[in-house]
Amino acid sequence: MSDSNQLLQQRQEEIVEEFAFFEDWMEKYEYLIELGKELSPLEEADRTDENIIRGCQSRVWLAAKKSPEGLLEFRADSDAIITRGLVALVIRALDQLSPEVVSGADLWFVQRIGLDTHLSPTRANGLLAMVQQMKHYGIAFQAR
Amino acid sequence: MLNPAHIRSQFPILNREMNGCPLIYLDHAASAQKPVAVIEAQREYLMHLHANVHRGVHSLSQQATDAFEKARETVRRHLNAAHVEEIIWTAGATDAINLVSQSWGRTQIQAGDVILLTRMEHHANIVPWQLLAEERQARIEVVEINENGELNEADFQEKLKLNPKLVALSHVSNAMGTINDVKRWTDAAQAIGARVLIDGCQAVPHMEVDVMALDCDFYVFSGHKTYGPTGIGVLYGKKELLESMPPWRGGGEMIDVVSLEKGTTYAGLPHKFEAGTPHISGAIALGVALDWMSGVGLQSIGDHETTLGAQARHLLAKVDGLRFIGTAEKKTGVVSFIVDGVHPYDIGTLLDPMGIAVRTGHHCNQPLMEHYGIPGTVRASFGAYNTLQEVDALSAGVERAVRMLR
Repeated sequence: MSDSNQLLQQRQEEIVEEFAFFEDWMEKYEYLIELGKELSPLEEADRTDENIIRGCQSRVWLAAKKSPEGLLEFRADSDAIITRGLVALVIRALDQLSPEVVSGADLWFVQRIGLDTHLSPTRANGLLAMVQQMKHYGIAFQAR
Repeated sequence: MLNPAHIRSQFPILNREMNGCPLIYLDHAASAQKPVAVIEAQREYLMHLHANVHRGVHSLSQQATDAFEKARETVRRHLNAAHVEEIIWTAGATDAINLVSQSWGRTQIQAGDVILLTRMEHHANIVPWQLLAEERQARIEVVEINENGELNEADFQEKLKLNPKLVALSHVSNAMGTINDVKRWTDAAQAIGARVLIDGCQAVPHMEVDVMALDCDFYVFSGHKTYGPTGIGVLYGKKELLESMPPWRGGGEMIDVVSLEKGTTYAGLPHKFEAGTPHISGAIALGVALDWMSGVGLQSIGDHETTLGAQARHLLAKVDGLRFIGTAEKKTGVVSFIVDGVHPYDIGTLLDPMGIAVRTGHHCNQPLMEHYGIPGTVRASFGAYNTLQEVDALSAGVERAVRMLR
């Protein structure tokens, strides 16, 4: 198992453990709002039309680059704070991993913490499209 | 006076829980819930009455046809149309507008003609006209609104000077609840020779509508917002006008004689526009829904919703940084708002675990949101079954959500 894949599994397990403490939905959302507030905002220069992922309701921006070590670095942002919290979780899982692992990542933690409805195509918050875009970056950066 | 407890007992869905809380359904403007009378009418039809309409010699088909046509008469009476054949069944309001744009529009709109819309139209009353304008090389013009979300009178008069062939406007705005003075604008538009189409989706569920008094050329509404089923709606059109229009869709039901050699002649009104097997159970249940509304009393329903809307505005005004979108003098009970520094989507997301269903986003009205420079609003909209207690819960829920988000 590659280091990147090990990291991905480890990070997801950590997230699941954190969410196990919450007793109801409002506590989960409080935590997501906290994560959303802590996520450093994307620089204005990266808030471009090119980086925008349109949800029907909230917008998500995603920027990606390859580190000198050949790992994928993601930064992202959203205009809705709960979406930002979800974005922060996804970044925490996928940041600084190899493009191979990102392109094939199974984000099983989302379902385990009960937030899979937020990643559904009907939710229209741009999150599902963001994850797909991250995987596309994974594929694109492997080729380079 | 309307008795909310009695009304509520007729809506089975309101007994269910959502996320462990009693369901508080404040999304009537998107779709109304259904009373037992409507649910039973559809069931009854499927259990005892179903056969295809207008074609069987057998008794069952005759009985189904009678019920189907009786529902058409109910719609005629409800809208006070002069003739029953002026009532065309469609799949919904969107379908009805597309029928007019494809049948009337493609024969009457020429290159360079103007179609006049307003800033507050639902996408369903914009896009069919854009498709037509593109095909016919016609031009779309738009009546702007003032800060309260009312049509700008001076601009309307100015745009009428462009001699539009058609004015298409909503009776009531879906995003803001503004009630437009459609009688006045119909008169003004017809005075310069324009045809007038009124989108009545947000009016028919809340007030009495009299198409003869309005004297408009077309009036459309959808069944599911008037406590009826989805997939059924109505186009009203003046008889002479509908008679002059070519069929839009071809198929069974809409023909007189079909000959592969001599060509086909078409049925008369209303069947000319109803190709294929219609949504029979939907039409019958829609008739029952309109009768149900009349039984409760259109005036009482409207008054009740206005009271709920006023109370919601009174309570929500206390939330720090909250701004209402749409503060027209004449309004239905719709309450649309934004809160400084908070995204509407976040408010809706936090109301959901409290069991409160509101609509967030652009409400199929992106040009309006653009006008206000906002990504969308939170919209609470009320029906006959909503209560003051639910309005209290909404206000408390919004306060709590905003506290969490700031």
